[in-house]
This record gives sequence, C-alpha cells and structure tokens, in this order.
Amino acid sequence: MAAITISELTKVYPGGVRALDALDLDVADGEFFALLGPSGCGKTTLLRTVAGLEAATSGTVALGGADVTRLPPGRRDVGMVFQDYALFPHMSVLDNIAYPLKIKKRSKADRHARAAEAADYLGLEGLGKRRPGELSGGQQQRVALARALVAEPRIFLLDEPLSNLDARLRLEARTFLKRLQKELAVTTVFVTHDQAEALALADRIAVMDKGRIRQLGTPTEVFRRPANLFVASFIGSTPMNLLPGRVEGDHVVAAGASLPLPDEARALAAGEEIVCGVRPEYLDYGDRPVDGAFAGRVSVVEHLGGSALVTLDVEGEPVHVVVGEGREPAPGDEGWALPRPGRVLLYRDGELVTAPGASEVPEPRMAPTGKENA
Amino acid sequence: MNPVVREALRRIGLATFVSAVLGFFALPLLWLAFTPFDANPGIAASLPDFTLHNFKILMDNPYALESMRNSVLLAAGTALLVVVCAALAAYALSRVRVPGRDALLYVLLLLSSIITGTAAMVPIFLLAFNLHLIDSRLGVVLVLTGGLLPAAIFLLKDFTDATPTSYEEAARVFGASPLQILRHVVVPVIRPGLATVGVWTVAQVWGDFLMPFLLLRNPDKAPASVIMYTFYTEGGQPDLPLISTFSLLYSLPVVVMYLFVSRRYGFRFHGGIKR
Repeated sequence: MAAITISELTKVYPGGVRALDALDLDVADGEFFALLGPSGCGKTTLLRTVAGLEAATSGTVALGGADVTRLPPGRRDVGMVFQDYALFPHMSVLDNIAYPLKIKKRSKADRHARAAEAADYLGLEGLGKRRPGELSGGQQQRVALARALVAEPRIFLLDEPLSNLDARLRLEARTFLKRLQKELAVTTVFVTHDQAEALALADRIAVMDKGRIRQLGTPTEVFRRPANLFVASFIGSTPMNLLPGRVEGDHVVAAGASLPLPDEARALAAGEEIVCGVRPEYLDYGDRPVDGAFAGRVSVVEHLGGSALVTLDVEGEPVHVVVGEGREPAPGDEGWALPRPGRVLLYRDGELVTAPGASEVPEPRMAPTGKENA
Repeated sequence: MNPVVREALRRIGLATFVSAVLGFFALPLLWLAFTPFDANPGIAASLPDFTLHNFKILMDNPYALESMRNSVLLAAGTALLVVVCAALAAYALSRVRVPGRDALLYVLLLLSSIITGTAAMVPIFLLAFNLHLIDSRLGVVLVLTGGLLPAAIFLLKDFTDATPTSYEEAARVFGASPLQILRHVVVPVIRPGLATVGVWTVAQVWGDFLMPFLLLRNPDKAPASVIMYTFYTEGGQPDLPLISTFSLLYSLPVVVMYLFVSRRYGFRFHGGIKR
C-alpha cells in the first residue's frame, strides 16, 4: 500500500503527440481513484506510465515516496488488470493466478495455495482447472483481479475494468469492485471513459482532457460544481444545460429567464457575457408561470424509467429538465423550469465563476485533499 | 430441353469430371500402395501378386536405410534452426518498429526463392567450398535454413502479430524478463504457428534434391531424395522393386508427421482476451 505522487509528468510519443502535459497528481494511500476523460485524453497513457509500461519523457512518478520513474514495471510492485484481461490462454485459471508468484520464485505448493486462496476470495471456487476460454466475461475479470492481487502489490491499476462486460453484469461487477477495494484498502487507480462508472466507484476523480487534468475532486464536487465547461458537458448522464447569458445588475439573463445572481458571482460586472449552467436534475418543472424560470414549449419527452427527460424549447435553445414519475407533460405543452436555489453555475471564459478568495481550479498543481473545489 | 434432363446431364457431367480428376491423382497413389507388394513390379497400377520380397531387396541395399537416417538428420537440424531463428525474428519484427520492415521482409522472401533455386547453384557451391562446408551436413542445413527462413519468418509473423501485446505487458508488470515472457507466454500462444513452420520445413527439406546433391559428395551422407536417383539396374533401367518400396518408405514419415501434428496442434487456444 502506497500513495502515488506524480509531478511534472510529460509523455510525448514518437511523432510528436503530447499525451501527458506536465501533469501533477497525488493519489492518497488506500484511495479509489478514477482517471476520467474522452478517448485520446491521455488517461490510459498516465496509467501505463505509472505501471512502467510507457517511459516518461520527463517528470517523475513516486510510489510510497520512492521515485520509480526509471524502474522497469516488474520492480514497481504494482498489480494491473488490462482492459482485455490478458489471461494466458494456455494456462489454467489457477496457473494464471499463480503466475506472478512463479516469477517471484515461490515454491509450487506455496503459490498454488495462495492462488487457490485468492480464487476463493474472488468467488472462483471450483473453476481452478478451467482455461480462460471456458469462463464467462465476469469470471474472466475476477481471474484477472485475482492474478493482480495475489502478489499483494502496493498499488492496483485497472484499465477500463468494466468496459468488456455486458450491461447487467457491469452493475454487479461495479458493486463487487467497490466492496473489494474497500476491503483490501489498496491504493487503486482506474481508467474509464464512462462518467457514471467514475462517479459510482471512485473516492476521487481526475477529469482529463488533452493530457491535462481539468478538474480534480470527489464525485459530488465534480458532479455539482464542474470547474469548467469541459467538465460540465462531460459529467452527467443527462448533459448539463449550458445557456449563453449576460449579467444585468444583480440578475443574470439567459434564454429569456432572469435569474438571481449567485452570491459567489457578485464580483461580475454588469453586461458581462457568461454561460449559465444548470443540471436537468436541479430544475423543477411546472405548468404554471413562475418568476425566474425558463419558459418554453415541450418538444420531446424521453422516459428514463423512474423519471423522464423533458426537452423544453426555450427561445430556440433546448433546455433539459428531469421530471418525476407521473408528472410528465405531453409534447406541445407549455412548461416552466425553475432552477433550485444555489444550483445555478456561471462560467466566464469557460471557467466557473467562484467567490473571490476561494481558490481557482484550473492550475495544474493540486493538493491531494481535493478541497479546492469546495 | 426439359429441366429434369438438363439437371441429370449436368450431374452426369460433373460426376465424370470429378472422377477424371480423382483418377488423375489416385492412380499414382494406388501405384505407390500396390507396387511395393507386387512380385513383378511395373509402371502400371495393378492389383499386386502379393509378396514382401521387394522389401528384402531394399534392406539389402547398403544405402537405402542409411539415406533415410541422413534425411531425418538434415530435416530435423534445419527445422530446429528455422523454427528457433524464425520465432525470434518474427517476434522481434512484430514488436519493434523498424523503418521499412515490410519492404525488408518482401525482399527477403523474393531473394530466398532464388537462394535455394538453381540460379544461385554456382555461387552457393563456391561459398560452401571456401567455407569448407562441402560434403558436410552442416553446410546443407545452413544453406537450406537460409533459403527457408524468410518464408518461415513471414508465416510466423502472422501468428506473433495476432498475439495481443497485453499478454506480454501483463507478464512484464508481474516482473517477467524478456526471455521468460518468450518462454512462458509467447511460445505457448504461437505454438500452432511453430508446429506449422516446423512441419513445413521438414517437408521442404525431405523433398529437396538439389542442395544435398550439390553439396554432399560422399554417398554415405546422401539423403533419401538423392539416393533414390541412383536406383538403376546395371542395364540402366529403373530398378522398380527398389524404387517402389523405397518410395513408400520415403513418403510414410511425412504422412505420419502431418497426422501427428494436426492431431496435437491442429487447434488454437481461444479466450483469455475479451474482444
């Protein structure tokens, strides 16, 4: 078990692609940490550089305070689960799990006992003799997990751990992973492009774009207060409403609605162009006119199961509202969407407007506590 | 014409054609199967007047069995060298970025057909002569290896290319050295490819006439393919009892090897990588 300290890490691939750009990151001991971002944002490169599979162009990676930047992967004491699991097809499940111990030259009896123990722990009883090809996707994933943890690594790296499972299994595996991580309390970093997965699993999330971290924080912080427009549009299964607006006195006018200026944005001058962001979940739908609400005509109603996503056509801008079960309007109805107090965020030049004094987010070096977004 | 008649004619035509083709290939095989047991071996395939006398003639020939042993030595030596070198080269070529890698492979492939062919006969003989490799089995093995290697690398590279790098990366993360990775992971995964290349090499060497004929002077070292060429009677006629029995003996190992390998390695591992 160890903390991970990454400083000024840069990776430039031959051909000039800058996958990581002077990136700083601290992952605390025992933390479940997500690297989240669209494909090509550098998250997998970061994970592979921590594992030692990619050599850093500059900067350092330290595990538990010791610099491992120049160490080969085998001497970093990390366990890794690959996206395709990479189970050796010619070995039985037990031999696969025991493989890291074989490399460490443990006796055959010892490594088989340990492998059997790990297999039992992950619910693979009775599958030891099978080959990976004879297992289901979920079982294969557990074998890969068992193989990664059998040698008791200091940190655990997971590359897209759930992407290869079908939807139902994915939910099951998600709960399983989270419980496993809590039980083992091993520092775990995982890569995902699925924001829901990151929100559900991680203690803290780093949202990455173009080789840089755009926001670092707990799932709640990242979801409630995206630090910039990139994070705002990336996080959330229903995308955040982002409406261009303008400051007028102590009000913000966006899409025809006049909203009270949030306290933290008092410093904005009148007439400033801003983007007003509010999540569909934080809008209350009503069929009567209300002050400070977005007024429009319902154009689409999408059922999400327990709720419905209603698209209001507000002065040509679509505004999404989540409406509770049984209260769905019909397309064509007139509707009003009222933002809940304190849930309207203002973005100026793509960055969240915060009260003066509170630290700004976008600077690259960040403290491990993730308090900077609060 | 009515469609039933046309269909019948079509079927008859097809059956005739298939029978003709089948006969074309079956007759030599029938000859191979029957003639060794015929008291009066001829060049036509006919039901034998059963005898094992021809095999006794074969056993009495001083070179026949010895030449089989030579063939085995040459084939095994070449196959071993080709498989080891081709595996290392193919693995390296599919994992390391070399500029102009594909062009290099194609040029090698092109040249290799010349090396073991008649065109390079004289230079190869001179080279072997200057290296004191005339009348040495090692010389034949080296020349044949050189000739077969490019095609073997080409074949094997398909297998190594198809092996996901995450297998090796997983082993690397656990601390395996490059040679351990090769031994524990890459070789077992591409084993069907290695078997294919091995069998292919043995078959190539087994049937090769020119190189051993050219490079081996002493008939004691000549392989079966060269010895068969000497089976004539004093009158200059083909010695059919000897040729027929020897042909049978000569073809059996290759057939047995194919059967064995296809049973042992004729399958591919699946799974382990989730696609």
